[in-house]
Amino acid sequence: MTLLDTVLFLPLVGFFLLLLVPRNNPQASRMTALLVSVFVFAASLGLIAPYWFAAPTGWQFEHNAPWISYPPIRYHVAIDGLSLWLVLLSTLLTPIAVLVSWKHIDHRVKEFFAFLILLEFGLIGVFVSLDLFLFYVFWEVSLVPMYFLVGVWGHERRIYAAVKFFLYTMAGSVLMLAAIIYLYNKSGTFDYSAILSQLQTGRLAFDARTQLLLFLAFFGAFAIKVPLFPLHTWLPDAHVEAPTAGSLMLASVMLKMGTYGLVRYCLPLFPESAHDSAPWIAALAIIGIIYGALVALVQPNMKKLVAYSSVSHLGFVVLGIFSFTQQGLDGAVYQMLNHGISTGALFMLVGYMYERRHSLEIAAYGGVATPAPNLAVVFLITTLASIGLPMLNNFVGEYLVLQGTAQANFTWVVFAALGVILSACYMLWLYQRAFYGKASESLSHHMSDLTPREWAAIIPLLVLMVWMGTFTQTFLPPISSQNAQILQQSQPAARVALNAR
Amino acid sequence: MQLWLIPLLPLAGFAVNGLFGRRFSKAVVNTIAVGSVLLSFLWVLKTLSALGAFNGGLEEAYREHYYTWIQSGALSINVDFAIDRLTAVWLMIVTGVGLLIHIYAVGYMAHEGGYYRFFAYLNLFMFFMLVLVLGANFLLLFVGWEGVGLCSYLLIGFYFLEKFATDAGNKAFIVNRIGDFGFALAIFLIGVHFKSLDFSTVFSAIKPMPVEAEVGWITAAGLLLLVGATGKSAQIPLYVWLPDAMAGPTPVSALIHAATMVTAGVYMVARSSQIYLHSAFSLDVVAIIGIATAFIAATIGLCQNDIKKVFAYSTVSQLGYMFVGLGTGAFSAGVFHVMTHAFFKALLFLGAGSVIHALSGEQDLRKMGGLAKKIPITCITLFCAGVAIAGVPPFSGFHSKDAILEAAYEHAPWIYWVGVITAGMTAFYVFRALFLCFFGEYRGPAEEHMHGHGHDDHGHAHGGVHESPAVMWVPLAILAVLSLGGGYINIPRFLEPLYGAEHDAPAWLMYVSVVAGLLGIAVAYLFYVVSPSLPEALAKAFSGPYRWIYNKYYVDEFYDSTVVRPVVDGSREVLWRGADVDVIDGAVNGVGTFARATGALLRRAQSGYIRSYAAWVLAGSILVVVLMGFVWVGR
Repeated sequence: MTLLDTVLFLPLVGFFLLLLVPRNNPQASRMTALLVSVFVFAASLGLIAPYWFAAPTGWQFEHNAPWISYPPIRYHVAIDGLSLWLVLLSTLLTPIAVLVSWKHIDHRVKEFFAFLILLEFGLIGVFVSLDLFLFYVFWEVSLVPMYFLVGVWGHERRIYAAVKFFLYTMAGSVLMLAAIIYLYNKSGTFDYSAILSQLQTGRLAFDARTQLLLFLAFFGAFAIKVPLFPLHTWLPDAHVEAPTAGSLMLASVMLKMGTYGLVRYCLPLFPESAHDSAPWIAALAIIGIIYGALVALVQPNMKKLVAYSSVSHLGFVVLGIFSFTQQGLDGAVYQMLNHGISTGALFMLVGYMYERRHSLEIAAYGGVATPAPNLAVVFLITTLASIGLPMLNNFVGEYLVLQGTAQANFTWVVFAALGVILSACYMLWLYQRAFYGKASESLSHHMSDLTPREWAAIIPLLVLMVWMGTFTQTFLPPISSQNAQILQQSQPAARVALNAR
Repeated sequence: MQLWLIPLLPLAGFAVNGLFGRRFSKAVVNTIAVGSVLLSFLWVLKTLSALGAFNGGLEEAYREHYYTWIQSGALSINVDFAIDRLTAVWLMIVTGVGLLIHIYAVGYMAHEGGYYRFFAYLNLFMFFMLVLVLGANFLLLFVGWEGVGLCSYLLIGFYFLEKFATDAGNKAFIVNRIGDFGFALAIFLIGVHFKSLDFSTVFSAIKPMPVEAEVGWITAAGLLLLVGATGKSAQIPLYVWLPDAMAGPTPVSALIHAATMVTAGVYMVARSSQIYLHSAFSLDVVAIIGIATAFIAATIGLCQNDIKKVFAYSTVSQLGYMFVGLGTGAFSAGVFHVMTHAFFKALLFLGAGSVIHALSGEQDLRKMGGLAKKIPITCITLFCAGVAIAGVPPFSGFHSKDAILEAAYEHAPWIYWVGVITAGMTAFYVFRALFLCFFGEYRGPAEEHMHGHGHDDHGHAHGGVHESPAVMWVPLAILAVLSLGGGYINIPRFLEPLYGAEHDAPAWLMYVSVVAGLLGIAVAYLFYVVSPSLPEALAKAFSGPYRWIYNKYYVDEFYDSTVVRPVVDGSREVLWRGADVDVIDGAVNGVGTFARATGALLRRAQSGYIRSYAAWVLAGSILVVVLMGFVWVGR
């Protein structure tokens, strides 16, 4: 039993613990959820140990044991530099999501927190699984609690949004399941490392058309999750209808399942198809960057605005991945974390405002800075992080993505960088309309400033925004060395042969 | 040498005042804010004298390495600071003039709300500006660049209850972002070609390269950098944010929007001189944009009625001169003008602030007049600034402007001649403002009815025209001395190790430009002192051109109708309501409707109980596993 097993299964234990808590004591449910999630986070910090003084590549905390004998499905989990911080992002944001929901959720409290903790289990599982079947199981496990979080505790149109979210994701993952089964039939194993080594040694090979179909099956599932234009329309609805904690977990961690999948599976398993499709995917990513930003610009609803801005931000991540450069890939992975922190914080703050004013319309606000100056400052810092101000986290990611992309194709960068201009437009305009100006009587009455509990939830994210923007060497080396290996694995066979000559 | 102390001291001031300032008394806030800048200034002095900058040393850059900021593959970006003579000039201007303006602001802001917030922002600005000039690579320059832009945004929108102020802040940030788009692309281009953003690495790699005969990537990098410079330094076509930026408190206009931040573009071009020296085309573009901006902004300055707007357009115009200097290869002349301009333009704004302060918020020149006797110190210091900017020898502006114009003549005589006409207009509009303000009869409301109003929102409880307190006029006096005598600080000589010696030029060039300046003053005297009815008659006679100039050539309206409106309306109607809702979501919902018809059969499953949902999920999973079993058995 490794530390990783502990981190993975503690949330499951917490889930069952929560089921045992009496229904008529919501405070006990809250406390249990908080304690479990804080404990998981504390345990997960131990995962950094191998990376503290070095940046090793390859698997750490590996545990490989048979689970089902036939078909040979194994419990095979490990982390590497790619998944390390994503696991930590999940374990950090879960206690924050618990804090955010403390008062906001007032009915079926026990079930809510149970689902939230179950979600954590699914998310960690996705990032650590090295068995394709296990990966698929966790992929679906994470889907179910999110479906209920949106569908039960959401706003007016929650059922529509939840079903849309579920169907969209299912449509993609069914294709992925088919591809996983196909891979199993050809290779005789579900094991990621085994399949990868079979591909590299040539024991497993596909003709171009088959590889492209397999690539697209995986890619489709991931692209929906990211979401990549034009597969994004589930996202605004899901975000608007979701409770704050749902939006937080969805934006911060769940979308990263898609981008993580692209790096982990699409690149090394199907390198030729990935290279061949790169211009098309980059085009979609760039359209997403600009399109998401432009649509965000005209949203009257704050959550929708942030949701569309996510489409734009995630476009940068996809662009970086398919630049096939070290900087592009490093920036993409860094940006996954950055987006998790800054957009998570934005959803949290919008949630705080909703709890006071019971509206998500920008027009319902105006002048918030006067009655709630601390909220205004925190929102401003988050806004600045989100629009890529240097010394804050997003800048580093965006810079690396664009620098890497510039190396691959300078024209792409010219268009992608337009998104950076537009992000300033929509965020500052939002900020002006919500926070500046004179506050109306009723707004001043409702808009109290941040409470200690709310501070506790936002401060870790603010610290990370500055830390990740100024001292990237804390986080980047494991990512960078692992990406170097992934890039090497993702060299198309033809090019490897050329290089050898 | 601990260069990091120079920016870190104001940052500490920002942190302390920003976090705890709300609970501090004004005296404590002052001490922290002014004290941190004072210490920073003293540290600059100590560092520069230790490096021998004041007696012929510092010919090579001195550099300190702190830590690796970003490391990715072959690309490594460090947090390094470096001082060479170019940086030394800016360090002195930023901390020296910055200190004076901080002191002045203590008096100016004494009656304002958000006192600690103001000084926290001002300290933060100092930090970023110092990072900008100390950074040893393009990315650190960019850090400072964006950071000063942020502070500019915050301070323009300081009176955030007023929509015009926050609008102006947004405009400044977004227009600058457009410039930064170019700057960022230049950084990517340089990064791709050199795998480094370090100044010394990049420039020493460019040095042996041949001058680009045709437009190549060095030219592209130069032009893209220039796009960034046109944003920050308010050049055509991105100058439109600067006049609006006057919505901020006047010390901000003096420090950020006249003396320091707006010269960042000049710094960037001067810093990247190797790039421009390897591309004659981009150097020419710099000169042409500079002279066009200088001329057009001066024409707009001729008929503005808001005292701060006059000086704002004057700043745009003077920045244009600096770019003429850079673009004609006289980098040191451009930098020279940065320094003298910092003296006299900071003085003009602070003096204007003193006038506004005296009139309890009035900024309209038409409501001033006859103030010379009531606020004599302000009046005298403002006239010192006036003769300096008008290029009257031997005052500071004369020396730097002359150096630029001589270089311009050598490069292309037409630029010189346009520059001379601009110099005449400059003298005219500055003295027009001064005469309207201080000479003639007082045209404002009777004193007992005065109360705070006007754009600056600078209201005071106590009425009556009054001279400013010593904490305000002492900085004015110091700046007045520098405006008069600052021309003898021989910056071109100081920068010779970087840019080489200047050439001698024919003496008549100097006489012509001096005459143009004196002529401008004389015409202003005629129009606004001798015969005040003349200007109105002229405006009526040339009402067509007058209206164009008065409305600033309708450039804002043009940008609004060709860029802003189409983007916003197009996004709303075509992209959001069209593409997103109708096309993409329409297709998705179409599929959904089909599915719902099928799902109607399975409706009983929708019981609404979580327990039964869970049972369905379990049943579904079993079904999937069973089906998969069939698939494998079937093979």
